[in-house]
This record gives sequence, C-alpha cells and structure tokens, in this order.
Amino acid sequence: MDPRLSVIGERLEEVARIIVVCSGKGGVGKSLIASLTSLLSSRSGLRVGLLDLDFHGPSCHIILGARKASPLEDRGLVPPTVAGVRLMSLAFLAGDKPIPLRGADVTNALLELLAITRWGRLDLLIVDSPPGMGEEILDVARILRRAEALLVTTPSPLSLSTVSRLVQLLKSLRTPIVGVLENMRREEEGEVAREARRWGVRYLGWLPYDPEIEAAIGDPARLLSTQLARRLGEALREAGILR
Amino acid sequence: MHEWALAEAIIRCVEDATGGKGGVEEVYIVVGELQSIDLEVLRWALGELSRGTRLEQATFRFEVERAEFACRNCGKRWSLSDASLGEEEREAVHFVPELVHSFVKCPACGSPDFEVVKGRGVWVKYVRLREG
Repeated sequence: MDPRLSVIGERLEEVARIIVVCSGKGGVGKSLIASLTSLLSSRSGLRVGLLDLDFHGPSCHIILGARKASPLEDRGLVPPTVAGVRLMSLAFLAGDKPIPLRGADVTNALLELLAITRWGRLDLLIVDSPPGMGEEILDVARILRRAEALLVTTPSPLSLSTVSRLVQLLKSLRTPIVGVLENMRREEEGEVAREARRWGVRYLGWLPYDPEIEAAIGDPARLLSTQLARRLGEALREAGILR
Repeated sequence: MHEWALAEAIIRCVEDATGGKGGVEEVYIVVGELQSIDLEVLRWALGELSRGTRLEQATFRFEVERAEFACRNCGKRWSLSDASLGEEEREAVHFVPELVHSFVKCPACGSPDFEVVKGRGVWVKYVRLREG
C-alpha cells in the first residue's frame, strides 16, 4: 500500500479551489500567467498558493524573484511565502541542477511533493503545468479530482491545434474547464474566440504581447504594474477567479 | 522532519485499508534506503499519531530495502554507498527520492539516465489485525 495516496487529500483539505494553468503547448506563457494570477489573487485578498509542476523547466520561482527562498521543514515542507504567494517548486530542492525524470519518476515526484507539502488554509491553489499531456496533466486529473483547468493559447494555429487536443482530453477526464485565455496577441484577430466557441469553452479574453514583461521578471511589484497584469486581472475577475 | 509527514500518511493509509475491522496488531513497513529515514524518529511519530486510533496497540516493524541503480545507457548496476551525496543533496533526496537523478550519475559512463531498481519510497507491506 502506498501511504502517500492516503494523505494527499488531507494536505489539501483546507484548499478551497484548485486551478491548473495548462496548454499542452510550450512557450505560450503558462508560467507567467500562473505566477501573475497568483500575485493578482494575493493582492485581491485571497490566500493563494502556487505549485510549479513543470519539473523539467521550473520557472515560477524565477518569475517571482524567489531563487533564494526555501521551504521550512515542519512535519513535512511548508512553502515559503513570496510576495504573498505560498510557492512550492522542486527547484527549491534541486537548485540549478537538471531534473531528468522519466514518466514513472514524474508521477512519483508529483505524489511525493503533494504528500509532504503543507499548504495550510488557501482560497486558491494555482498549479503551473508543463507542456504536453503526459503525467502531470493525467496525474493531476486522477489525484486532484476537483481541479479545474485554465487554458492558455497564443493565436498561432500551432498552439490552437494542441489546445484543441487538450480540450478533448480534459473533457474525457471530466476535468472542468474555467475558460481559455488568448496570450501574446499582436493584432486584431478573432480565431481563438471562434475556436473556443467550437470547443464549447468560455473565451476569457486576450492578453497583449507585452515587450516590457521580460524586464519585470523577478520583481513582483513591477510585474503587477504591467499592462499584461492589468488585462489579466480583468479577465480573471470576469471569470470569477478574482474577487 | 519528514518522518512525521510519513507517519501521518502511514496511519491514514492503514486506517483507510482496514476501516471498521477492529484493532491493528502489526504494521510491516518497507523503507527505501534512498529516503534516508530515521527509523527511531519514524517509530516515535507513529506512536504519537496512533494514540486514540485503531493502531494504538500496534507493533510497527520495519525493513530497509537497499537502494540499487541500473544505468539505462551502459547497463552498469551500483548501490547508494557507491554514490557520494553532499548533505544538502541527501536532504533533497530524503524529501523527493526522484531528485537522485539530479545528483547521481552512472559511475561507469556518467549518464544521469538510470533506473532506481530498488530502495525508493516507503510502503506498507502488510497489516495484521487483532483477532476477535
């Protein structure tokens, strides 16, 4: 018997809502949107946690400027609070070393992390997922059954094609979809809204390509003052995620 | 102190698996060497956490399974004692055993692509219930 499965529910019992930011495609801004969503949620008065499940390329700790943070050992691991966000990442344990995990190892690392992390009381837990539709997505749907998906796509047909597959997968897994965010939009386009209607998924609006965002990485206050954060805040309020 | 979190998981797991079936006499736990568990601390935590539960009178027995690795690249097999881990690395592996892939490489070819054949994690091998 694997004891981890028995305790994960207990670790998350004081977490009111779990939202997984996912896309299937890499490079569409998932980690940035997950991190910004956490910062905006905290600023709006929510108790929020952020779990970085992109084991091969963790970046939420970099976005939030938390490279030197580390969890506290107290009957498990208590995530450090960064700019009001309780952040957990394998990067806190692996440092800058590569984390070369194969399929079953990914599942084991995910189970371990969920079993040892003490989130405490949260209104919202944001989960940043890696590209692909492998273990992280399948395991989250299997283990965190009440998790909802927040989809991110760019207007590119390459991204839309993958997100379309992800929508089908999530529907098969009976994972509720909060909606889809269109990121990095450069000009007037309507393809994502049309596709969202075709998928039967709520279109939450578009976010601009923001050339200033790179310079704000690592600085939560500056991130919150970007055009991207303002637009994302509006979309999240519309979606009922933010107060 | 990871042992406390593990003890919580073990107690919950045994209670879930034996729900409504009376007192528990013995719990046999296999501990992978990779996780560097302090068995005395784990035993103490199990004792504390089992108070007031059906495991209160239970004996906790442990078996440590030695860690063994097999390189997927060259086939070399080796053990944890052949690997040199610093204190921080050992601590990271203690919490998430899969992180051994970040810190250990095959001693023959240097590849980090190896399988943990044995000795990861903690699991309950069997539970014996009190008769009557």
